[in-house]
Amino acid sequence: MKVQNLPGTTRRAFTLTALGASAAIALAACGGGSTESAESEAPAGGETSATLTMWTDAERAPALKDIAAQFKEDQGIEVDLVIKDFAAVRDDFITQAPTGKGPDVLVAPHDWLGTLVQNGVIAPVQLGDKADDFTEASVQAMTYEGQVYGVPYAVENIALIRNTELVGEAHETFDDVVAAGEASGAEFPFLVGLDPKQADPYHTYPLQTSFGAPVFEQAEDGSYDVSQLAMNNDGGKEFAQFLADNGDQGTKVFNSNVTGDIAKEKFLAGEGAYFLTGPWNVPAIEEAGIDFAIDPLPTAGGEAAQPFIGVNGFLVSSYSENELAANEFVVNYLSTEAAQDALFDQGGRPPALISSFEKAASDPVIEAFGEIGTSGVPMPAAPEMQAVWADWGATELNLIKGNESDPAAAWEEMSKNIEAKFNG
Amino acid sequence: MNGESTSTRGAVAPAAGPKGTGRGGRRLPTNPDGMIGIVAKILLLGFVDAIAAFALFQLAINGEWLVFAVSLIVTIGINWIYLRRGGLPAKYLAPGILFLLLFQVFAMVFSTYIAFTNYGDGHNSSKEDAIDSIQLSALERVPDSPQYAATVLDDGGELALLVTDPDGNVSVGTAEEPLEPVESAQLDSTGKAVGLDGYTTLAFGDILARQGEVADLVVPISDNLDDGTLQTQDGSTAYVFKPRLVYDEAADTFTDVSSGKVYTDSGEGTFQAEDGSTLGVGWKINVGFDNFVRAFTDQNLRGPLLSVILWTFAFAGISVAATFALGIFLAIAFNRADLKGKRIYRILMILPYAFPAFLSGLVWSGLMNAEFGFINNAILGGAYIPWLTDPVLSKISVLIVNIWLGYPYMFLVCTGALQSLPEDVEEAARIDGAGAWTIFRVIKLPLLLVSLAPLLISSFAFNFNNFNVIYMLTGGGPRFDDTNLDIGATDILITMVYKVAFGGAGRDYGLASALAIIIFIVVGVISAISFRKTKALEEIN
Repeated sequence: MKVQNLPGTTRRAFTLTALGASAAIALAACGGGSTESAESEAPAGGETSATLTMWTDAERAPALKDIAAQFKEDQGIEVDLVIKDFAAVRDDFITQAPTGKGPDVLVAPHDWLGTLVQNGVIAPVQLGDKADDFTEASVQAMTYEGQVYGVPYAVENIALIRNTELVGEAHETFDDVVAAGEASGAEFPFLVGLDPKQADPYHTYPLQTSFGAPVFEQAEDGSYDVSQLAMNNDGGKEFAQFLADNGDQGTKVFNSNVTGDIAKEKFLAGEGAYFLTGPWNVPAIEEAGIDFAIDPLPTAGGEAAQPFIGVNGFLVSSYSENELAANEFVVNYLSTEAAQDALFDQGGRPPALISSFEKAASDPVIEAFGEIGTSGVPMPAAPEMQAVWADWGATELNLIKGNESDPAAAWEEMSKNIEAKFNG
Repeated sequence: MNGESTSTRGAVAPAAGPKGTGRGGRRLPTNPDGMIGIVAKILLLGFVDAIAAFALFQLAINGEWLVFAVSLIVTIGINWIYLRRGGLPAKYLAPGILFLLLFQVFAMVFSTYIAFTNYGDGHNSSKEDAIDSIQLSALERVPDSPQYAATVLDDGGELALLVTDPDGNVSVGTAEEPLEPVESAQLDSTGKAVGLDGYTTLAFGDILARQGEVADLVVPISDNLDDGTLQTQDGSTAYVFKPRLVYDEAADTFTDVSSGKVYTDSGEGTFQAEDGSTLGVGWKINVGFDNFVRAFTDQNLRGPLLSVILWTFAFAGISVAATFALGIFLAIAFNRADLKGKRIYRILMILPYAFPAFLSGLVWSGLMNAEFGFINNAILGGAYIPWLTDPVLSKISVLIVNIWLGYPYMFLVCTGALQSLPEDVEEAARIDGAGAWTIFRVIKLPLLLVSLAPLLISSFAFNFNNFNVIYMLTGGGPRFDDTNLDIGATDILITMVYKVAFGGAGRDYGLASALAIIIFIVVGVISAISFRKTKALEEIN
């Protein structure tokens, strides 16, 4: 989709023609050995076939390969999958899109949206009536500044995994959970992967929200007001005190030396009663033969414990010359039940499409994670988040290590620092 | 930024000069370089020319005339150098100079250029692109408007949109003619209009062939443009859109339709309203010396700057001194003629060098975990030593890891240099009654330094910017208490630059380039002075 009278359009159109021409010449020069795209059958009548370029990472490529092959058969559009290192995708896309060398479509987690929109490299998509087929939170996550920028396909959030051999029943509050963990005699009553350098505000967020201290205020449509930090309230200060009470100088439930890898290792060895983690660690737990159950997130401050949810989706480049083909693929094809089923079969991430999720939920693990996800909130996607994570993590680390004599003051100080960066 | 790859832990510079230049000049046709030489030359030159011709062709098609001209001159130059008789030095030097220009000079010129722009997140491309993209994201679907099933028609070359609303009413419109109801449309089984007399229905393949045109098709809903326009993104569904912001090309301003707020070009690469608010997407402009001014006046940078600079020098200096001391000690120890299994020891010594610094940073970070790490648990019997989280210990840890990473290189070059020392000098000294230590201090070390001093300087320059070790091991931490920045006890200049330029709200390549240039100047000056000093050493010979 383009707006009228764009000065850039003709230039881009020219570049495309030029690229096409040169590609054709290149093919002719090579003796037409390598590709069959010119011969592909377009069942809908015309002779033409567009080629879409899509960036993905190695993990998602197998599922997409099958879907792309099916799409070519159905619509005659070839999807050229380029496998890239996941960590490099965002920055490469931002720098390459304006030069015309970027992809038409890419796979991305929703928290990249802020930066991608700020750089003007992705175009809004119209889900129309299809929006109702997706879980509400997943569409909310794909919405930035009032526009939907992608088709969601997977939703991820953390949950509390319990070793059922050690603890027989589920518990609702954090205190009960820790007490049950300690009573079980396990070496680690409650495991959560932190980082000795940065703590981990993502994993501790449900506990924070249970004190009524969300990072930003959320509007009714699910969008965040990033101009105003909301966690600088009484609940936030209580949470700060809670971290200090359960840190090195207190109960030692939170131990910053326990990294994600160590937490996983201890839980797999059967030495942990509880493990606060996401679905990505479930296959290893199953493989280790641990009997486990997935419990709702425990509340520490009395209110609901809301985890961050991360949504993966497909985005369309605003520099794409194949915008129609790209929209056809992303909005009309990848949103179908068949495509979302296939993505789930290969990737194992809970689907965003409700009908696919219901099928996937025959697996109790997926169902439990999905259930907990409905109470979650999308991770904020604003570009400012990078600064927030750094200060947030450093302060939580200091609290856990018992370096702060006045936790409430430290929390206040952190909030001031973050706000200063927003305004600076 | 951290461009120096791990393989260049101090550059090895073989002095491959154009020796034997006298072989140039005229030769008898019967005695050329030999048949094989000529064939090789023809093949190689042909290969280069083939690639060049292909590249030139591409460039010409894409209208990149400047690059085209440069490439053409270079290609002609290469052919001239290698096809003419004589001029042997040029034949030796041409490839090196070409690669120097391409990989060093060009990179430096380019980052200098970036340092004078505001290139970074939010200023990513041209103004044209920014206007495009603002318009694109400001075009919003009218709330609660119907979703139309759409068919694209061709009316004598002009496109028309045939739409069916959810109630089954069919209308048609073009870019010029607003939407009009039609009665006689052909419907498919779902009640969607798929054809109209006098128009040709475009099949999906045809739509794809003209997808730019279809995507640009904007059909007004009525004569009043405020009612919105119909557009389709996929050729089969159309929605009613209305822009939130309208661009006025003549005035070069954006106007917010609902509030009437006017955004004008602020001169800083953004559209700005009078109240100071800006539109999210900006563009790249030249900002002169702004980035350099910021580098010297930014409050955030000033605070911890002194301690970071001191630590950077200490880190680089100690790293070089310690790796050299360890390397030369081991080299001498393993240079004894009567040592058995020397080869195996030497191979084992060099192993850390084969390890990517990136990876060993992570591995060491795990080994040094205070509670679960191998060092505390297995070696120190369960002691709780905060290797990475105590300000002083973290500095020591970084140095230990860097020495572990760096000594094999020193061991390698010292072994090589030792073996080239004349043995008679040592023998003469021994006969004169000098002890081992005196021989080392008075004879071996000075002789070694003649060839090794330049390597020590380049090793210093490398460690001055040793981003990987710091970033992967401690991430610069633990943080300083007296700053609100994410800067800590083990941050060196280059990691601080990375955090300041990329750690805040988005990436600022302009500022990063400016800071990198400043660091380059510092390192360059130190190296130049040191190289001058090493000339004194050469006089020993």
